[in-house]
Amino acid sequence: MRYSGFEVIKQALRGHRGWGPAWRDAAPRSEYDMVIVGGGGHGLATAHYLASRYGITNVAVIEKGWIGGGNVGRNTTIIRSNYLLDGNEPFYEMSLKLWEGLEQDINYNAMVSQRGIVNLIHTDAQRDAFTRRGNAMILNGADAELLDQGAIRREYPWLNFDDARFPIKGGLAQRRGGTVRHDAVAWGYARAADGRGVDIIQNCEVTGFVMDGGACTGVETSRGTIRAGKVGVAVAGNSGRVMAMAGMRLPIESHVLQAFVTEGLKPILPGVITFGAGHFYVSQSDKGGLVFGGDIDGYNSYAQRGNLPVVEDVCEGGMAIMPMIGRARLLRMWGGVMDMSMDGSPIIDRTHIDGLYFNGGWCYGGFKATPASGMAFAHLLATGRPHDTAAAYRFDRFRTGRMIDEKGMGNQPNLH
Amino acid sequence: MLIDHPLLGPRDASEFVYLGDASLIDRPDWQADDAARAFHDYAYLRDNPAGPHRELWFHEGGDRSWLVVTRDTTTHEITDVRLARDVALERRRSS
Ligand SMILES: Cc1cc2nc3c(=O)[nH]c(=O)nc-3n(C[C@H](O)[C@H](O)[C@H](O)COP(=O)(O)OP(=O)(O)OC[C@H]3O[C@@H](n4cnc5c(N)ncnc54)[C@H](O)[C@@H]3O)c2cc1C
Repeated sequence: MRYSGFEVIKQALRGHRGWGPAWRDAAPRSEYDMVIVGGGGHGLATAHYLASRYGITNVAVIEKGWIGGGNVGRNTTIIRSNYLLDGNEPFYEMSLKLWEGLEQDINYNAMVSQRGIVNLIHTDAQRDAFTRRGNAMILNGADAELLDQGAIRREYPWLNFDDARFPIKGGLAQRRGGTVRHDAVAWGYARAADGRGVDIIQNCEVTGFVMDGGACTGVETSRGTIRAGKVGVAVAGNSGRVMAMAGMRLPIESHVLQAFVTEGLKPILPGVITFGAGHFYVSQSDKGGLVFGGDIDGYNSYAQRGNLPVVEDVCEGGMAIMPMIGRARLLRMWGGVMDMSMDGSPIIDRTHIDGLYFNGGWCYGGFKATPASGMAFAHLLATGRPHDTAAAYRFDRFRTGRMIDEKGMGNQPNLH
Repeated sequence: MLIDHPLLGPRDASEFVYLGDASLIDRPDWQADDAARAFHDYAYLRDNPAGPHRELWFHEGGDRSWLVVTRDTTTHEITDVRLARDVALERRRSS
């Protein structure tokens, strides 16, 4: 069924009894051309682009839980393409362009909202750095706008401009950035891929790889062996665990990141704001809750929950720039397991094992990358060659010294 | 999280700075033939286990000692804490 305004009216007149399930509950078959491990945003997007752009539809996406139960349904939903380095910016800009056309492409309302993002500036040195980043963005075809304090005051008059330690001196804005309804991304990609014949298999855990003469020819799962011409792994925070089954050690540590949402409030925050002197970012959901987050907890973790010191740090950041947040009551907080890489940038590459491909290392910023990651991974799986925009995301960059280290922190994942 | 410091007793984890896997104590031999490969693996690759993990914590807000903490990454439960110096000496690494 194609979703449309007309369909909504038609269904309304029939008491909404005609809506079918958005995707089939497929049982695993014994063989596919390609198997994607992980039904998060990246795995589902990969399946959609394999089917729609490369005509490869004999594909299964294998998810150990339910789709959308991982980070794709846990993030703070911010999308942007405001990176500095050449290895990154064209990729994230492609992603933003794909977001802009996503809902038409997959015929699903993902509530892509280009409400704009502003990174606040607190020092002169930071203004220089942000100016440089803005210029790099513009050179790569993205939009960027440097705002002075007056311009920020007009848009966000209630910010704490004259804080003694962290006065707000301006900001770097990307108007095309914003937020997207995260669950709808998982569901929309699943529905679109399913519509072209892809099997979305839930409650099916991959427990091993089938190896034949040194090549990967399928996966062992909790629901039996599934053979495949190619296997692509996109399991985000579980990358280390899953690739260990193929005997691989990765340049990745798993860390926990927390997020928070307040009770519903009247509209106050039109766009996305990030604090430049600490870790705090916030937007307001369409239901009115302030959705915010900060830094990762900072130690290896597979527990999808964090500890209190980071909660305090995030709240301090919030109070520093928007003191009124202190009067809002917190509704929920949760955590997700992040695949933090050694240089803070992702990997989309073949492995040394024939037939086995890897997509991971997304750190805390992989939601915005979902469409481009799916496109680039589909391109790699279909053609055997890296996508132009993802050519730098190779395993060997650590060996050859071509790290993509936006923050300049070196090989310590908890600092990125 | 509380870290039971071998000398100071239970201390709040926020007094510490986290470095990572305790295998970082085992710095490869820089004169070995395969030193380039060994240093790549040492610097960039991790086991990243789900379960017990031996890891280095630095007591920056305290006595500035390095500790080897054994902690379950699925529950955050800490089962063992030792001075990194003792661990290194046992493994015949310099302190
Ligand atoms: C609190 C939080 C806030 C964030 N905020 C942002 C943000 O504002 N902007 C942004 O760009 N990014 C953000 N991120 C990061 C982003 O959410 C992730 O980088 C991205 O979602 C990861 O890709 P994914 O959607 O494919 O992951 P996931 O949804 O985690 O998908 C991976 C899937 O693999 C499955 N899996 C694992 N092991 C197996 C197995 N053995 N067999 C079968 N399936 C398996 C898992 O169950 C999971 O469903 C945030 C993350 C968190 C946790």
